[in-house]
Amino acid sequence: MNKQLLGATGEDAVARYLVARGYRVLDRNWRIRAGEIDLIARSPDGELVFVEVKSRTSLSYGDPLEAITPLKAHRLQKLALAWLVTQGEWGSSYRIDCAGVLISRDGRQEIDYREGVL
Amino acid sequence: MALARVQTISLIGLVGNRVEVEVDISDGLPGYTLLGLPDAALTESRDRVRAALINSGLPWPNKKVTVSLSPAWLSKSGSHYDLPIAIGLLIAQGVITSEISESLILMGELSLNGGIRFVRGVLPTLITSRNFGAKCAIVPLENLEEARAVPGIDSFGFETLLDVVRFLENGENVQPQFLNTFHDPSGELDLLDVVGQIQARRALEVAAIGGHHLLLIGPPGTGKTMLAERIPTIMPPLSIDETLEVGAIHSVAGSLGTRGALSTTPPFVAPHHTTTTVAMIGGGSHIVRPGAVSLAHGGVLFIDEAPECAHGVLDSLRQPLESGTVTISRAVGTVTYPAKFLLVLAANPCPCGKFNGRGRSCTCSSLQIRNYLKKLSGPLLDRIDIRAFVEAPTRVEMASEVHGESSAIVRERVLAARNIASERFQGLGWALNSEIPSSQLRGPFKAERAGMSFLHAELDAERLSARGFHKVLRVAWSIADLHRNPRPSLSDVESAYLLREGTFL
Repeated sequence: MNKQLLGATGEDAVARYLVARGYRVLDRNWRIRAGEIDLIARSPDGELVFVEVKSRTSLSYGDPLEAITPLKAHRLQKLALAWLVTQGEWGSSYRIDCAGVLISRDGRQEIDYREGVL
Repeated sequence: MALARVQTISLIGLVGNRVEVEVDISDGLPGYTLLGLPDAALTESRDRVRAALINSGLPWPNKKVTVSLSPAWLSKSGSHYDLPIAIGLLIAQGVITSEISESLILMGELSLNGGIRFVRGVLPTLITSRNFGAKCAIVPLENLEEARAVPGIDSFGFETLLDVVRFLENGENVQPQFLNTFHDPSGELDLLDVVGQIQARRALEVAAIGGHHLLLIGPPGTGKTMLAERIPTIMPPLSIDETLEVGAIHSVAGSLGTRGALSTTPPFVAPHHTTTTVAMIGGGSHIVRPGAVSLAHGGVLFIDEAPECAHGVLDSLRQPLESGTVTISRAVGTVTYPAKFLLVLAANPCPCGKFNGRGRSCTCSSLQIRNYLKKLSGPLLDRIDIRAFVEAPTRVEMASEVHGESSAIVRERVLAARNIASERFQGLGWALNSEIPSSQLRGPFKAERAGMSFLHAELDAERLSARGFHKVLRVAWSIADLHRNPRPSLSDVESAYLLREGTFL
């Protein structure tokens, strides 16, 4: 499985996870020069949710969520604000979530979803 | 439970402060924050704890971990926080479910494979932890011997983190928990080995009785070091309290490996003459390390080639000699260590060391010889009560089959004499003849009339200073105790006078 496919598989899994919980996915892989937001969704109670997805095939390089360093988290915050401004949603209530996806060889997917990490 | 609390101690000098290690695990990105003014070694604990947990097959939380060491204002240093942090993490994760008592103190450094490593300062830590209501302690197995020396604390030693977990969960104790007894491991050194040296032996004995500081003068190879090394073997063994105090200092310095925690033999410390002032009196930035004067507390501080010492090093001894303590100020705080020792200086008679007998092989000029011993400053020499000349043993002595007395015999006499002195000084605030205040020497602690007139005559003839007068009297008391005289006689005073002057200076 190459890197792009791995990432896409993980993001698909998280999107399904959110939809199953009543979220509406607004956008995927929203990209500007400063970076990319993996998933943007609206929660059942109307809150905007920005999701960073990290996918891994094994834990030998540590937990997927550990790869989100404070620097990356900070960048995510700025991207979220950029999205809000460009979509005319400035001022809406929002939160930033992170999801770690572990995809084993046999295709099993394990999602570690953390709400409101910043 | 996502919050855990365990207790440990932060040690500055010999004084401990209770430190509560709080561990909180909350949802959020994986991260580790350590609060409470940690130093570099402590900041590194994160990586040690993490590797130790994972390599022991224990879970590491991939969550937001906050570790707080309170009180927050106290700066903390050292690696002994690893074990309490690891145990806190396991409680917060629900791996350890049993109640951990607040009276349990944890300390230990973790190795990456989950082993528990030796830490310094366990003995003083546990001594002070009793004040905080601690009743039991978990320490590295290598520290168990010293930990067990502390009465009132039930100590358990472990080699690995998993053993500690099993112990806390099930009370399983895998290590043999032996009981220590105070012991006296001396016996390698003995005065028997010293050939001849009648005069120096006598000086040693009197010094040991009264706690008189001593200057040994003699050419190289005549046995000055050999004699000095054997002084602890003729001193009375340390009492239980003294043993703990001496052990505590060596525990902080990390030198208990060479000296058993419960050894009742007075320590012998011999810093090299190139030593620095900091090494002599103590110092350092993170932990204030005790210096040679404190390591020699309760025992002997021996400085060979004393005139060769760097300027200022010998003079730094004056404060500890005066007060019996040494106070060091550093950023982490001001620390006072006990430093009451018997000072033994050794010197060659001249720079080339060969001024012996009639001095025929000496190559020094008379000026050099005169200046050599002057390097020992006046104020320091003032505190030396006894000067002994150590001469090379004669042919007859070397060939003789008759040995001198053994340390055990001499120590017997020293003990008896010290008992007489301590009985006499009961309730007076000092215990040794070298500590009798000058005013008392002219009052209740006078020598016999004949002895006093002898000293007054010497004083009149200006062969003795007022200070020298008092010192001779103090030494005379030690000689009187040795001979079981109730008060120094004329001959005791004369002997003391000769010991003070030596045969050389």
